[in-house]
Amino acid sequence: MHQLTIAEIVRGLREKQFSSVEITRHLLNRIQQLDGNYNSFITVTGELAQAQAAAADQRLAAGDAPALCGVPIAHKDIFCTSGVRTSCGSKMLDNFTPPYDATVVEKFNSAGAVTLGKTNMDEFAMGSSNETSYYGPVKNPWNTNCVPGGSSGGSAAAVAAQLAPGATATDTGGSIRQPAALTNTTGLKPTYGRVSRWGMIAFASSLDQAGPIARNAEDCAYLLSAMAGHDEKDSTCLNRPVQDYTLNLNDSIAGLKIGVPKEYFGEGLNADTAARVQEALKAFERLGAELVEISLPHTELAVPAYYVIAPAEASANLSRFDGVRYGYRCEDPKDLRDLYMRSRGEGFGDEVQRRILVGTYALSAGYYDAYYNKAQQVRRLIKQDFVQAFEKVDVIMGPTAPNPAFGIGAKSADPVAMYLEDIYTIAANLAGLPGMSLPCGLVNKLPVGLQIIGNYLEEARMLNVAHRYQQVTDWHQQYASPASAV
Amino acid sequence: MAVDTQTVEKLAELARIAISAETIDEVSSRLGEVLQLVDQLQAVHTEGVEPMAHPLDEVQVLRADEVTEPDRREAFLALAPQSEEGLYLVPKVID
Repeated sequence: MHQLTIAEIVRGLREKQFSSVEITRHLLNRIQQLDGNYNSFITVTGELAQAQAAAADQRLAAGDAPALCGVPIAHKDIFCTSGVRTSCGSKMLDNFTPPYDATVVEKFNSAGAVTLGKTNMDEFAMGSSNETSYYGPVKNPWNTNCVPGGSSGGSAAAVAAQLAPGATATDTGGSIRQPAALTNTTGLKPTYGRVSRWGMIAFASSLDQAGPIARNAEDCAYLLSAMAGHDEKDSTCLNRPVQDYTLNLNDSIAGLKIGVPKEYFGEGLNADTAARVQEALKAFERLGAELVEISLPHTELAVPAYYVIAPAEASANLSRFDGVRYGYRCEDPKDLRDLYMRSRGEGFGDEVQRRILVGTYALSAGYYDAYYNKAQQVRRLIKQDFVQAFEKVDVIMGPTAPNPAFGIGAKSADPVAMYLEDIYTIAANLAGLPGMSLPCGLVNKLPVGLQIIGNYLEEARMLNVAHRYQQVTDWHQQYASPASAV
Repeated sequence: MAVDTQTVEKLAELARIAISAETIDEVSSRLGEVLQLVDQLQAVHTEGVEPMAHPLDEVQVLRADEVTEPDRREAFLALAPQSEEGLYLVPKVID
């Protein structure tokens, strides 16, 4: 049952092959037996899941249940879940139980989905390897000595290990797409503003976006259809109609123009990764698409611009964690300053502290113009590159990550080396464009991801393109050799 | 560009994060590495380029000035490490 895709579960529930309670219990057992190998969950919500599953079964029996009714999923521990600890991977929020649900969670709950638990993540979503979590690193199911990517490493690993058929995740600089690439899963970051950020703990407000990780594009389409939409409580959320993303999956892609940026195939890209991606591009040609070489000249500035903007916004967003209203408080503070200094010094991990300091520097008097303002100007140049490219092509493709999964500890001593993991994904966040990653091959038994970047609000087209590829290839159906299974 | 420990201390003060004497050198050098990365931006010509804060250049949406949120003070106070009679408690600020 754990091998079923979301689409198959939706069908199976309606054809009464199994009930939501049965599949939920099966997955909860599986998590209990196997997650010790991966550490992909921070909190498992066994009782809640079974109660939701029972309610879903009743709704299904009554008929007229929404598509995802009864489908078990996991939520990245960055989404507030009412009455259930929400830690954001940090000691700062280890004791935090939100009194409300994030809009994303509320939408899934209304649709009747079942919450299996909260997945592990890099602390405050800052990281590309899931090694900065207060709850310990997540291990890649493909090789447990390797990282699953980050910051949504827990969500990606849970789906890759078949502990959950789908999971919510977030992407600020690549945190959905890069772990999807490293774990052989399919993940999508929507257009900025497509999904509400209400109740999603903020890292960098102009970059953060929630999206799904699942086994394939069709399943991502199911999840995105439930997640997307206007929300009055998020004033950065777009007020545009949401379509059913599953409807256009089978459209023909003959004549599709695929832009291949020459800057994405230069130095720093692992040669075998490049080869897998080139093979994928040829598969698209066989499907009737046309490859067009394009240039995104400001590509190399994406990482530097991001590492000014994101930390600057993070330093503002994380200033709310002060030991006063919620979260960690240090013992016996002698005065207010001590309360702040030690609650934050003890509650935040090293990478989070580092980024807050970088952000503070970039925003401080005398430096604001040279750093933050400058980065925002470069950001517009990066966006303009894409706007020009999209005049000639329909989608853009390239590798998601410069290399397959690396060993745990291999890059954690060198922050800049870690930052370069996101070299291909970051530009889409800066420009606000939608992007996705899907499996396109293996290198030494480790997965490689193909990235598709779409034009604004073209999630349906990206999912269609990915689905057509997944109909003629089977990379997305490969699984790591399982540990002893249920 | 390198960052000296004095600058780090000043930043730590602004950010209200206590950095121990043992780790300040390491923090300085790490910060220096990151700032070296971002210094690449200085070489870019950006005269006349409008800074971009929002990816789609949307503007702030407004709503009517009416109370629409329920009073959930008790639920929020319950989250506080220390509270009393509807107030959050902190160490004494004024003598």
